[in-house]
Amino acid sequence: MALTTMRPCGDFRSSYRADQTIFATRLTFLSVVAGIALAACAPLVLNNYYLSLMIQIGYLGIAALGLNILVGFSGQISIGHAVFFGFGGFASAFLANHGIPVPVAIVLAGVWTTAVGLLFGIPAARVKGLYLAIATLAAQFILQDFFVRAEWFTGGTHGAMAPAFEIFGYDMSGDQRYFYVVLVFVVVMYLFATNLMRTRDGRALIAVRDHYLSAEMMGVNLTKYRTMAFGISSFYAGIGGALYAHYIGFMSVEGLDILFSIQFLAMIIIGGLGSVMGSLLGTIFMVLLPEVTQALASALQGSAIDKALSLKDGVTYMREMLIGAVIILFLIFEPDGLAHRWRQIKAYWKLYPFSY
Amino acid sequence: MNTQLFIQLVVNGLIIGCLYGVVGMCFVLIYKASQVVNFAQGEFLLIGAWTCWWLLTYWQIPFFWGFLVSLAFMMLFGLALQVVVLRPLIGEPVISVIMVTIGLSIFFQALMKWMFGTFAQPFPPIFSVQKVNVLGLQVQTAYLMSTGVSLAIMAGFAWFFKYSRMGLAMRATAFNQQVAQSLGISVRQVFALSWGISAAVSAVAGVVVGIVNGVSSALSFFGIKVFPAVILGGLDSVLGAVVGGLIIGVLENVAHYFDSQFLKWGNLYEIVPFYVLIVILMIKPYGLFGTRDIERV
Repeated sequence: MALTTMRPCGDFRSSYRADQTIFATRLTFLSVVAGIALAACAPLVLNNYYLSLMIQIGYLGIAALGLNILVGFSGQISIGHAVFFGFGGFASAFLANHGIPVPVAIVLAGVWTTAVGLLFGIPAARVKGLYLAIATLAAQFILQDFFVRAEWFTGGTHGAMAPAFEIFGYDMSGDQRYFYVVLVFVVVMYLFATNLMRTRDGRALIAVRDHYLSAEMMGVNLTKYRTMAFGISSFYAGIGGALYAHYIGFMSVEGLDILFSIQFLAMIIIGGLGSVMGSLLGTIFMVLLPEVTQALASALQGSAIDKALSLKDGVTYMREMLIGAVIILFLIFEPDGLAHRWRQIKAYWKLYPFSY
Repeated sequence: MNTQLFIQLVVNGLIIGCLYGVVGMCFVLIYKASQVVNFAQGEFLLIGAWTCWWLLTYWQIPFFWGFLVSLAFMMLFGLALQVVVLRPLIGEPVISVIMVTIGLSIFFQALMKWMFGTFAQPFPPIFSVQKVNVLGLQVQTAYLMSTGVSLAIMAGFAWFFKYSRMGLAMRATAFNQQVAQSLGISVRQVFALSWGISAAVSAVAGVVVGIVNGVSSALSFFGIKVFPAVILGGLDSVLGAVVGGLIIGVLENVAHYFDSQFLKWGNLYEIVPFYVLIVILMIKPYGLFGTRDIERV
């Protein structure tokens, strides 16, 4: 988890300003811009299947980033992220059905989820580490139960319809157009997180994670920042969930179970705890994982392995097992995640012939 | 007010509470010895129960031997799990360790579903008499056995920690690892053994629940229900786990009673322990018997 910042030789910073830029070098800035531009061209070339995968990566990536701010940056663990994701979806659907324009509803849903997150974050003010993990576990079950029960809000077991995304009277539904909506949200939310980490608040969160006693001695209000991390994380989850609801057009309590929460945790562990880009990398990994298993299973169809393991029925279980196995293997062999590997690759090329 | 039903439910609560207590003790054992919060405790029950069921139905082994073999297997399984998965993580932050046990939990849950299917499978009948009349209440024989087994396990734990050499070594390790090590206790062995014992004893609970309700993946939910119990009792107190287990067991049944008789909200049985959990965490996070960990800056 330790955040290793590679500072190759010759990279000196002589002022705080230079140290705190959002983009370390001009090249990073240009490559980010190029990346966004490239992504914006995606609907022109890719078919709907790949687009839907990318949209999925988008909204899950936003929620995963929220969890990473909580777990990776402020060192608290949450096992109930899926219900906050779900709450965002329900809240946005509810607001939009009550006549609030969808783009506003999405943002308001984020705010509403923040409030709920803060409510469950109150224990965070007093307890930490594993106690908090258990409190969020309770939140998972309580909210899941609430979703089934609160028919005025969620439509109970039937679920709630979410109207299509519309802005200035222009319909943005359909993969081709909704992709841009998600892209805008992803860019804004990721920039916000990157910026957050260079402000006082962001650095206070990291200080709380690294050594909370020292942080408190230096004047960081532990209670404030622990609860704040909860709030921010819920906000991201809420926005992600709202985007999901308006993409599918329907929000139901099904699928918001603990396994989904664990998938979010898997995303940030694979991507790298405490890394903004890592959240996206991890999400890409986790979204592609079931696709790859599916492809593998259909490739092996009819073969001896298929018959021995009954792959066709087992593919859902295999997916769950893979999620578990991936979490365990990454934590043992690559605890800093894909982001760390990426940094190493970068450092290797930067220092190419003399890599030490 | 339906007194008969109320008493029946309270008795049920005590019986279930005993089982929560046993699983809670296993959980606390691991936590005390190796400072690992084990989210995969429920899977120990699940795997143990399925192993026993498999031995009994496929191999037609008598219950007694099948039971012993599955306990031995679970012991080895727990040891292996600690050595292979948890040992490399010693010294890593709490979050990583918690995450690994969560990973183990979903891995084995899915594996068991894949191997044995999702439907509940009944155990072959073990007792000739299905129900016994105790003080005017109809009690299933399996429940009586479960209470007996739970009490025996609790007594066994008490003896183990008070008098046996290994038990004392475990308490010493829980108290201070470095001092224990300097006194010649192998901390690695203690860690591994605590996982082994915990897995085996959880498997007993798993088999007992399996006999009563049939074996299904619902068993692993015990591993989650145990959190309210151990938090209520205090995470590092064996006694607390038992008391907490009993309280939670009775509480959820009483909640069920009020729910079915008056409130009609439905589902309170499942959810009440978690409300209790949140409340305890807010007002008394170290539980009834836990060690208060006071830090001042």
